[in-house]
Amino acid sequence: MSHRTALAGGALLLVSALALSACSTGGGTSDTDAAACTPSEGKVNLTFTSWLPGIEDAVAIWNDENPDIQVEVQTGPNGNGGTYKNFFNQIEAGNAPDLGQIEYDALPNFRVQDGVVNLADCAGILDAKSNFIDWTWNQVTFGEENAVYAIPQDIGPEALYYRADLFEAAGLDVPTTWDEYAADAAIIREQGGYITNFSQSDINAFAGLVWQAGGQWFANDGESWDVTLDSAESTQVADYWQGLIDEDLVGTVAPWTDEWNAAYNSGEMWTWVSAVWGANTISSGAPDTSGKWAVAPMPQWTEGASAAGNWGGSTTAVLTGSKHPYEAAQFALWLNSDADALTAMNKSANIYPATVDGASLPAFADGLDFYGGQKIYEVFAEAAKNVNPDFTWGPTMTQTYTDVADGFSGAVSGSGTLLDALKTGQDKTIAALKAAAIPVKG
Amino acid sequence: MSTAVTRRGAVRESLLSRSAAMLVMLICAFYFLVPIWWLFVASTKDRSQFTTTNPLWFGDFNLFENIGTLATYRDGVFFRWMLNSVLYAGAGALLATLFATMAGYAIAKYAFRGREAAFNIILGGVLVPATALALPLFLLFSQIGATNTFWSVFLPSLVSPFGVYLSRIYATASVPDELLEAARLDGAGEVRTFFTVATRLMAPAMVTMFLFQFVSIWNNFFLPLIMLRDEDLFPVTMGLYVWNTQVSQIPEIRAYVIVGALLSIIPLIIAFLGLQRFWRNGLGAGGLK
Repeated sequence: MSHRTALAGGALLLVSALALSACSTGGGTSDTDAAACTPSEGKVNLTFTSWLPGIEDAVAIWNDENPDIQVEVQTGPNGNGGTYKNFFNQIEAGNAPDLGQIEYDALPNFRVQDGVVNLADCAGILDAKSNFIDWTWNQVTFGEENAVYAIPQDIGPEALYYRADLFEAAGLDVPTTWDEYAADAAIIREQGGYITNFSQSDINAFAGLVWQAGGQWFANDGESWDVTLDSAESTQVADYWQGLIDEDLVGTVAPWTDEWNAAYNSGEMWTWVSAVWGANTISSGAPDTSGKWAVAPMPQWTEGASAAGNWGGSTTAVLTGSKHPYEAAQFALWLNSDADALTAMNKSANIYPATVDGASLPAFADGLDFYGGQKIYEVFAEAAKNVNPDFTWGPTMTQTYTDVADGFSGAVSGSGTLLDALKTGQDKTIAALKAAAIPVKG
Repeated sequence: MSTAVTRRGAVRESLLSRSAAMLVMLICAFYFLVPIWWLFVASTKDRSQFTTTNPLWFGDFNLFENIGTLATYRDGVFFRWMLNSVLYAGAGALLATLFATMAGYAIAKYAFRGREAAFNIILGGVLVPATALALPLFLLFSQIGATNTFWSVFLPSLVSPFGVYLSRIYATASVPDELLEAARLDGAGEVRTFFTVATRLMAPAMVTMFLFQFVSIWNNFFLPLIMLRDEDLFPVTMGLYVWNTQVSQIPEIRAYVIVGALLSIIPLIIAFLGLQRFWRNGLGAGGLK
């Protein structure tokens, strides 16, 4: 309870701070609209805030080719680490960067608070739709007509990383359904290992599993939000993993810790359902297992299906207050679809592009020694096409993640269940939306 | 006889309390040193040994190789951050100490209207956490277009209400009015009196203020987080934080964060070891009086 009060209090404080600054600066939000997307005269300098390591390399290519539109890179911690809060402060103070990196799950928040510019009327943006994988375009338009709120940058299609050597030695086939996965989990447990580790704090990974199951956590009919953290599919996924936790068939180590790395490095954990960028996480965290891993499509709820989830990914948005939305939009489109730019970003930050052509970049052509020479990106390219296009993120994901994670960490230590956590998250999310004066059902 | 009994009693009591105190100190020292020990051990390992070896004992000793790779990553931006931190904290604490000493001295030694009111308002400033001021400061600096500059972090660091409080108390106690009177009779102006007489007597308090302010600027993380976007202006705490949030993108960064964290505590250790001598002298001098 006190958590909720604190949150509401925080929201109130924020609102009043914003109101104050809006009074004093005359507001930076009212003078921009999509209709005004025309080229500026003369030389243009843009600022771009991104936490992607080494993004300067890609931007340098643009700056060389476009002497009249120079982009300066600014940096900061990742979005939830402080950059989103900074964006909102800067937008209200009228000194936000022209462009900012925003993850898919944070974009609705910026949309609701008018923090991003609709680029639909900027030349060439609507036509760029076909360059990007279908579902990513839905993520930046929210299904609205004549609207593009950001350009998709990268995605995290999911697959099953598994220890090919251990599965073979145990005489197990790679599980293709979640039922088989649970059956294998019991066999692996008898041999002293765990089939995987249930991550109590990566709520967006759990959302990826719900996404794969065809579930929704949020919906918006244009008037109000519908919160469905306890939808049928979400319940199904929660009950499935709760069953594995109850029978001690999955590990419950806190993810991203040394202990977690060690569990994979020692061979205690046999699989990980994770995104394309997870390939690096394993090779760096479990160096002793080199050559023993392989990648297969995610296990399915329906036999013979090929649904995939997605975990992570960012967009490049033009922030409200930018004086040069036209140039900024051109840069954002180039950055996220030009082969050289994508290659540079893949090299420095391991991003996997959101474009249709991205999958055929040379960087993804080779087999990887760590994965026994397998061309693992073929699996992910296929997965990227099989992500449900209709998944919607809500406008308060940071809060939702925190509340559900509180419940999940209780559930793995035996108090409450995953489903309880989702129900609590549901209630708190609705309360948070109401506190922020965002229309919500229920 | 009776004296011997009391003496023996005193010895026994002090032995007991001494070993109790020693035990508490040992537990505290252990508690505070284990994380630093872990940090040091972790900094000496290469990445593959990081997860495979005992976290509290050494693998192969690669500390200098690790520092070397840290120095080359992103053209050695880490050392730029260290330099920034030393500048923010060092110059900031120096000026803050000077201003606070002047203010405290003035409040202690000059009678003027509103003296107590001014002092109470400054004292109120002690109660306001720096974190709560960051957002208002950001909006203020936004108005004059000075966010994302060196000054946006440096200027707010020059204020130390606690220092004013401390130096007023200290000046009242340790700078005798007679001495100031004598200096004036000898023809020294007020400014000269302050710098030649008062500051010498107040040196221990100034060292304390300097150390406190140095540490609080060094650790003030929220203000740079809100103000700065240019990597070249980051203090080291902020830079390491930013790297740490990129670990999921580039797992190798973790090693840099750990070595960087180890290196980043060195200036604090130097500041304390170098200045605690003055500090102890001061406390001792106060005790004798």
